[in-house]
Amino acid sequence: MDCERGRARPHAPYGLLLLDVQQAARVKDGPVRRRTAPSRIPVLPLALALLLLLLLSLVGGVGLGAAGVGRGEVARFLWAGLSGGTVHAADAASYTIVWEVRLPRVLLGAVVGAGLAAVGVAVQAMVRNALADPFVLGISSGAAVGANAVILLGAFAGLGVWALSASAFASALAAMTLVHAVARSPHGLTPLRLVLTGTALAYGFEAVTTVMVFGAARGEAARSAMMWLLGSLGGATWAQLPFAAATVAAGWAWLYGRAGALDALAMGDETASALGVRPARLRRELFLLTAAVTGTVVAVSGAIGFVGLMVPHVVRMLVGADHRRVLTVAPLAGAVLLVWADVLSRLLFAPAELPVGVITAVVGVPAFLLLMRRGGGYAFGGR
Amino acid sequence: MRLDIEDVTLEVAGTRLVEHIDLTVGSGAFAGLVGPNGSGKSTLLRALYRALRPAGGVVRLDGDDLHAMDARAAARKLAALPQESSAEFDFTAAEVVAMGRLPHRGRTAASDREIVAGAMERTGVVHLADRGFLGLSGGEKQRVLIARALAQQPGVLVLDEPTNHLDVAHQLDVLSLVRDSGPTVLAALHDLNLAAAHCDVLYVLDSGRIVAHGPPHDVLQPPLLAQVFGVRAHPVRHPVTGAVQLLFDLLPPTT
Repeated sequence: MDCERGRARPHAPYGLLLLDVQQAARVKDGPVRRRTAPSRIPVLPLALALLLLLLLSLVGGVGLGAAGVGRGEVARFLWAGLSGGTVHAADAASYTIVWEVRLPRVLLGAVVGAGLAAVGVAVQAMVRNALADPFVLGISSGAAVGANAVILLGAFAGLGVWALSASAFASALAAMTLVHAVARSPHGLTPLRLVLTGTALAYGFEAVTTVMVFGAARGEAARSAMMWLLGSLGGATWAQLPFAAATVAAGWAWLYGRAGALDALAMGDETASALGVRPARLRRELFLLTAAVTGTVVAVSGAIGFVGLMVPHVVRMLVGADHRRVLTVAPLAGAVLLVWADVLSRLLFAPAELPVGVITAVVGVPAFLLLMRRGGGYAFGGR
Repeated sequence: MRLDIEDVTLEVAGTRLVEHIDLTVGSGAFAGLVGPNGSGKSTLLRALYRALRPAGGVVRLDGDDLHAMDARAAARKLAALPQESSAEFDFTAAEVVAMGRLPHRGRTAASDREIVAGAMERTGVVHLADRGFLGLSGGEKQRVLIARALAQQPGVLVLDEPTNHLDVAHQLDVLSLVRDSGPTVLAALHDLNLAAAHCDVLYVLDSGRIVAHGPPHDVLQPPLLAQVFGVRAHPVRHPVTGAVQLLFDLLPPTT
């Protein structure tokens, strides 16, 4: 076997007899099975099923709400809205609820859920730590500072209706840059430093928000700032949808196109280099993308936690770690999860609304713990 | 594919770790890089798989400057097994091997599958395809990683202590697998007897400089081993095979 390539062995005196031990090695490796193979669900059927579920959820989300609008009416209003038809003057109030309040809200929920899930995947690959998400890196808290500056202090008033989005986006970028700058060391940007820096700065950003809330004279403003910190889709309008949807879609497409590079990055920086990926540059690009998508999402929904952390975990348990598969399924799962979380946040204490982040945590934590106990072949954080 | 390292100097965070290295591995040869801990073996190899850019000098593959190439083009010519093998996410063995296809452009799923399957067959890991990589034994992991490197279809294969943490049977197994795999090989190795048995040529690195090179039995002489590793070496014939083995003990303290 050593001579297969016709290689002469000029240093025969040092040679060892290899064959016996080699055979021994193979035999020893053979029957030992330490862990069962991770079970994998085929991606395409799962994605199609989730897509169908998402469509049903959108319709369900529009149909369910505090103000009782009959199922037939909801269908009629939706059809009227889609086809440009007319509704009776008597139905105007109900129509407005369905078409102008619930529908954009449900659609925005789907967009935000998909965006958070995709960005969660990106961050976890970026810092090579399955316990990271935009919130861990402080980007969400940073964006929330910007949003609250607009709401409470009237910052960036010159930007008009775009003030909120622009401010959240800009402060997400600023938070990202700060985390990046502080986490940098002469040896580059290590995952551990990023996570630690992000977590520390997140507390700082939250403190800033809290000071702003307590500094504000208006009670209602403080309450709405809390909604921003915990997340809410209550302010959804049609005007917010195109920009948010386009950003999330573009971010997802960018990630999907680099699924292979994300796989390599997940194996380690050195391995990524050896596979022709430039880890430092990819990580910088991921940081920017994360800030852009997170800023956009926080601008329309506040800092909704847990989706970006939970969804990628669950999806990996179902379809494995391959990023092409994960990125196919995770946004759909995130969208479905958030649509239903929002429905619950509207219904549980109707007519009062819970912050949707409370629901995602209450629903997600037990499910997460359960899956963690069952999750056969899935390794957390590789340890 | 021929590997030439010409007058390469490497710095990390301003500290010069490796200086003026000249090293050549002829096409298809197996070269070993040996040296004490901290002598710069890993640092030198990192420059080869482009985790580190030389502060001076050139690395050439068949005459082409490795660091002037596009990252992916370089990865099509040179594959590496870095020492880290801690994945955070549990890819299957087949997925890990498939990553070797990443640097190749214009590939199709069918051709990728074929090449990946071929690489797994050559390294004997077909039966592990659907197993999680993190659950494999050390020996199985190395075989899977070698399959990944072979799936890259490289001309040069760089290995950083591929036999670390392996029992003696798996050490021999991994090295003969690499030796028979095809590409030109440069491997950092700790075990001198192992290096001698497998390498066509050895380079000895000490404090960031090459202090000796040549055929193993010429290089691994007691005076050099005393100077570089600080050990006294005794060549001994194997009672059964007659192969020369080195036994070591510490040098008596000299004052």
